[in-house]
Amino acid sequence: MSAIPLDPELRGRIEDFLTEAALAVDDGEFARWPRFFTEDSFYQIIPRASFEAGHTVGIMTCRGRGMMQDRVEALQSANIYEPHNYCHILARPVLRREDDGAIAARTNFALYRTIAGGNTELFAAGKYLDRIVRDGDELRLQSRRVVLESRRVDILVVLPI
Amino acid sequence: MSATLVSNEALRWPAEGVTRVPYRVFADPEIYAQEQQRIFRGPVWNFLCLETEIPQPGDIRLAAIGETPIIVTRDETGAVNAMVNRCAHRGALVCLKERDHAAALTCAYHSWSYDLRGQLQSVAFRRGLRGQGGMPADFDPARHRLEPVRVESFCGLVFGTFSPDTPPVETYLGPMTAGLVRRALGRPYRLIGMHSQMLHNNWKLYAENLRDSYHASLLHTFYTAFKINRVDMDGGMLLSDDGRHSVSYSKRATLQEGEELERMRAAQYGSDLNGPQLLETFDEWPDGITHAIQAIFPTLGVQFTLNSIAVRFFTPRGLDETELFWMYLGREDDDPHQAGMRALQGNLTGAAGLVSLEDGCINEFVQRGTRGSPDHAAIVEMGGREVGSSQSSRATETGIRGFWQAYRQLMEL
Repeated sequence: MSAIPLDPELRGRIEDFLTEAALAVDDGEFARWPRFFTEDSFYQIIPRASFEAGHTVGIMTCRGRGMMQDRVEALQSANIYEPHNYCHILARPVLRREDDGAIAARTNFALYRTIAGGNTELFAAGKYLDRIVRDGDELRLQSRRVVLESRRVDILVVLPI
Repeated sequence: MSATLVSNEALRWPAEGVTRVPYRVFADPEIYAQEQQRIFRGPVWNFLCLETEIPQPGDIRLAAIGETPIIVTRDETGAVNAMVNRCAHRGALVCLKERDHAAALTCAYHSWSYDLRGQLQSVAFRRGLRGQGGMPADFDPARHRLEPVRVESFCGLVFGTFSPDTPPVETYLGPMTAGLVRRALGRPYRLIGMHSQMLHNNWKLYAENLRDSYHASLLHTFYTAFKINRVDMDGGMLLSDDGRHSVSYSKRATLQEGEELERMRAAQYGSDLNGPQLLETFDEWPDGITHAIQAIFPTLGVQFTLNSIAVRFFTPRGLDETELFWMYLGREDDDPHQAGMRALQGNLTGAAGLVSLEDGCINEFVQRGTRGSPDHAAIVEMGGREVGSSQSSRATETGIRGFWQAYRQLMEL
């Protein structure tokens, strides 16, 4: 994806938005997480090999904000796992304006996970491939593909990446 | 093979038999080493890969049998071959890419080259350089090859065995298991997703977990937490005649006809879900079975969860490390709507599965819980003390008892 210079103010806003979305999860404010997405959005965590092979099944897939809310409720009330925190480290995004005005963004990331009482360990690395649109005064993700470098994850994935 | 028996000092199996599992079996390096010989190189069929992953001559896929690295190829005749990924020369891995395509298999270390069946074809500098050196004159490449593995395919699943005594796959599976595999995989399918997860536990804890229909609704509470009103709770646990394979299944309530059945189906997954499309399904299984998890000894699972069809298998990566693989399948003739439903239902299982993710940690909890207690034993008495099918209830550990019965026979424990 080749970068086209964007108005610096817009770029700053997008960078803040992408950072806020990651921090909401890092800070355990899971209920906020679906609000970074449009109502009809698509979210998928998928290994790079599957993404490049065109597979339709990833590790986690949400079609619509409702499925994201269900994920959040499930991780808070149904699923059982050892408590853990995330710490996302985001690279500077590469941005491109699409013909319809949406912004395509690619942001590399490293994700550290700390299981309570354990070490901080690198849990995942990869890239966000995002499509960002305006929704009223807000920016929102219309789609986010979380492409993991490895097809192997340690133990389980329950918190969104 | 001249492996010695696990000594009685190492393991004294409790007198109660398969209703007790001494925790030493999950933590003893001597037992683990014996399993590599007696189980994985013994008279069992090990799942290697899907035929659909190697459709063309020259296609290569890496796999494993126990800890032994395996190469699976499709040769020029279209036949599937398997061999140990260990150069006949000095033991290096010959193939490095999980998926590849090549006309020959060439070791990077000294360029020894094998055909797609594993037969040694050429040795670099065999005649030396400028008349100097080279291999001894009587060195005969025809007498060297990659260690062969017997292969057989069933419904597109490629199995391998080291033992000449393993019966044909269909005999090994038995009629019940073979019939259910054919039901799920008997039509053309393709790979539509794959990932794996590392479990920090001995492989046999996952083998138990896969056969444990007792824990399903207790540990995995997603369905109940979201008040997913399942009318398909009829079900049971069926075992193969030898007890080593099992299937846990649930089906729609029976004896419903016509309008009433349609009404039941419409209400089937009424729930508190904000995204109910998660459970949108299409009719695929005329016998009314909606969920089935088959465990095939030693390390394969074949399952369908609504319309999500998956093959899961696990590979020991050390005494207390196991890699669990998930391969999701779709039909060749799926329309986009059906493909979309399979993709969303994939959320139910896998490393982030809404009704399976707990299995990623629960077996580790056993591994950690039993540390320092090798002479204590698990109690496996739910549903009785026998090894046999449970037609009426899935609250049973009979599948686990069946696993240990087969394990003890092979290990002579």
